[in-house]
Amino acid sequence: MSIYLYILAMAATTYLIRAIPLTLLKKPIRSRFLRSFLHYVPTACLTAMTFPAILYAADHMISGVVALLVGVLLALKKKSLIVVALASSATVFAAEQLIGFLCR
Amino acid sequence: MQLKEYGAGIRAGVPVCVGYFSVAFGFGAMAVAQGLGIWHAVLISATNLTSAGQFAGLTVIAAGAAIVEMILTQLVINSRYALMSLALGQRLGPSVGTGKRLLAAVFNTDEVFALGMARQEKLSTGFFVGAGTVAAIGWVGGTAMGALAGSVLPLSVRTALSVMLYGMFIAIVVPQAREEKPMLLSMVLALVFSCLFVWVPVLNGVSSGMAIVLCTVAAAAICALIFPVEQEVAQ
Repeated sequence: MSIYLYILAMAATTYLIRAIPLTLLKKPIRSRFLRSFLHYVPTACLTAMTFPAILYAADHMISGVVALLVGVLLALKKKSLIVVALASSATVFAAEQLIGFLCR
Repeated sequence: MQLKEYGAGIRAGVPVCVGYFSVAFGFGAMAVAQGLGIWHAVLISATNLTSAGQFAGLTVIAAGAAIVEMILTQLVINSRYALMSLALGQRLGPSVGTGKRLLAAVFNTDEVFALGMARQEKLSTGFFVGAGTVAAIGWVGGTAMGALAGSVLPLSVRTALSVMLYGMFIAIVVPQAREEKPMLLSMVLALVFSCLFVWVPVLNGVSSGMAIVLCTVAAAAICALIFPVEQEVAQ
């Protein structure tokens, strides 16, 4: 099947998911429950995507655990987005290298 | 006025741009490793602007699955954007017209959304699109570079790059949870539910995209019941 057909299906689905709720509902939501619900959506969603997925990101779970700890610690210290991201990434790399070295 | 907002968005979007570059680098490398052309990888990134959905999409393409399966996969994995778009629409306010909303929808990624919602001042489409444009440049540029260099990159580096995405999420969530007790609860609940969907039998049969949606809805609904937000905060 043409690769372009896949890409079109992928792009159209993703865009419509984003565009439809944004354009159809223009009025402020009256319900206090719904407003509160939407207030908590970002935190809940990002958390669910991160954990426990980060534990399975590398070959060894311990690398993910250490990366998570480093990330959380730096985020608590209010380090910037890119610092936290780079540090977590570098931690996984270092941990995997170390394990590979020790297990040889 | 709108130009000034756009500029503020661009400045706010720079860290996301850098982060996206590295994550997209991983995507580009993976796409080429799976047999896609460099141009195809770039086209996917330019038209989708989403991390998890694109990685899943690669799997579908590599499997040569039906188009319906591609649509379903994207629907499930990306349905969180529907929730985010709802929240974003509320935050932008009723005065923002359809055209601007259709434009903002292009850039409603996890991180750009988080930037927009975290803004102290009133959120304008100019700011949102500004941040989104810079982020998109990083995403598409990173994909191109990754696709070009990918074949020579060792697996260990690609693994490390994939963790950057989680690092970005951590950087967004943790400070908010630290400031606001209800946010902390929202985080803890989502974390616990998410673990259930991975480690409890039967529940772990649910696809990861669907699990994210269910966790989000459950955690946010419980927090909304316990800690309802007043108008000023939600707007």
